[in-house]
Amino acid sequence: MFASQRFRATVVSLVLLLVLLGIWEGLNIAPTDVAPQSEYELLMGGASQEARVPPPSSVIKLAYEELSNPFYDVGPNDKGIGIQLGYSLYRVLTGFFFAALVALPIGFLVGMSPLMHKALDPFIQVLRPISPLAWMPLALFIIQDSEASAIFVIFICSIWPMLINTAFGVANVRQDWINVARTHELGPFKTALQVILPAAAPTILTGMRISIGIAWLVIVAAEMLVGGTGIGYYVWNEWNNLDLTSVIFSILMIGIVGMLLDLALGRVSRLVEYEE
Amino acid sequence: MMKHFLEVQGLAKRYPGSGNEQNLTVFENANFGINKGEFVCIIGHSGCGKSTILNILAGLDEASDGAVIMNDKEVVGPSLERGVVFQNYSLLPWRSTLKNITFAVRARWPGWSKEQVLEHSMKFLDLVGLKGVEQRKPSQLSGGMRQRVSIARAFATQPQLLLMDEPFGALDALTRGLIQEELLKIWEETHQTVFMITHDVDEAILLSDRILLMTNGPHAQVAESVSVSIPRPRNRTDIIHHPGYYKIRNHLVDFLVNRSKELTASAASDTTNTEVSYDIHPVVVDPANDGSETAQQAQSKQVAI
Repeated sequence: MFASQRFRATVVSLVLLLVLLGIWEGLNIAPTDVAPQSEYELLMGGASQEARVPPPSSVIKLAYEELSNPFYDVGPNDKGIGIQLGYSLYRVLTGFFFAALVALPIGFLVGMSPLMHKALDPFIQVLRPISPLAWMPLALFIIQDSEASAIFVIFICSIWPMLINTAFGVANVRQDWINVARTHELGPFKTALQVILPAAAPTILTGMRISIGIAWLVIVAAEMLVGGTGIGYYVWNEWNNLDLTSVIFSILMIGIVGMLLDLALGRVSRLVEYEE
Repeated sequence: MMKHFLEVQGLAKRYPGSGNEQNLTVFENANFGINKGEFVCIIGHSGCGKSTILNILAGLDEASDGAVIMNDKEVVGPSLERGVVFQNYSLLPWRSTLKNITFAVRARWPGWSKEQVLEHSMKFLDLVGLKGVEQRKPSQLSGGMRQRVSIARAFATQPQLLLMDEPFGALDALTRGLIQEELLKIWEETHQTVFMITHDVDEAILLSDRILLMTNGPHAQVAESVSVSIPRPRNRTDIIHHPGYYKIRNHLVDFLVNRSKELTASAASDTTNTEVSYDIHPVVVDPANDGSETAQQAQSKQVAI
């Protein structure tokens, strides 16, 4: 019987996962003390026993515990993983939304008008390579609110891929389709809405997908800086608690949520795709 | 002189040369007219500016000299009064077949109700034999079907002038024959005024009332206007038995193979004359009814020079 390629790929993935986890678990022997512990070490409770990267089994155990009660809240330094991820998602989506609100119209302007393209290009080229975190001090000073500053950082890093892709998509709509709009006497507004937008939508969605990916990368770093809540803060807080098991668990969660965000936008972009 | 529904007067297209080079004149002194209800084809070698003329008529391109006048009004910019069928169909790929048509119908008659738009669109889809595929996207249609949609879209807006830019150029010979017949059928019903570019001599004879012949570019001219005096209705199989058919065909082929070059060469030697001329009109030829074709040719040469 021939199993489908998809099935075989899944089997290979699972085997790889088990092998890697096995190696990790196998190499993870609790350190045995070569020299007898000094008096000081004994006083500290023989800490060397715990100072190691935790084995996957304890990460899985913690994951099970955390995920079975993700929304508990017992004070500022002990909130469930669901709440932390919720804060991060809220910031990412808010920043992303405002970025789209700004980037799409400006992208259309730059894409449709060669004059505006030339005029705005220097600004875009200078602002785009700036690390979004470099804006943080200025944002904190001007906005005077760490929450809003984190959202602003997401906003500023989400703008560029969306703006550039929108401008590119709009500028490269096939002249034939523009001519169809012209011969049917469509005004500039109707042309933008009925011809250019659907024609450029796949490129625009690609830009949005890149943007949300970057936003998710940046939010972790931003929350490490501003602190308080969010998955980035959680990682840093657990590091300060020397709880490496939680650090590894949250790293995995960051990866999974990032993947889900990308999948969601992938779904949306499939709706606007067309075949020529 | 008789006034035409569409008047093309002293039309020319030049591209500025770089540095000290002379301007590149693609074509010049194009003077011709089209009557209401007439089917006119234009034939010429690649680079003679046929497509540019069509685009200027459509309002998509601008002439360097001269003017186009339709219904006593100068053509400025594109308009729904002049429909265009593009060579590559130019359907909007994200819209279904039907929605490609309703798009045009709604643009033409913004006041119409949804039912009116739908009914009108379906009527024209039916006319090109595409009932049943109206929900498919253009990518799910064959090349021939796509061009049918494009033709239906153009006819549905009922423009005063329909411009077709090599509409069958990308189709295989069998499909092309079928769609030519369909186009003939629709034309008999609507008597739509058509201006069409083609490379196919047989297609031109089958479809048109008059064929305009262009000399080679640069400095191309509309040199002759050949009447196709073969009675309608026509069809592909019978038309070749008409006594005038090969007379017309030979005349066209002779022009394209031999005389299109000679005429350009003689015109190019006379580069001092850069003034726009409204007097150089294409020579009217009727090979099917005129026995003294050679005499006519000689005369046409003289006038063109």
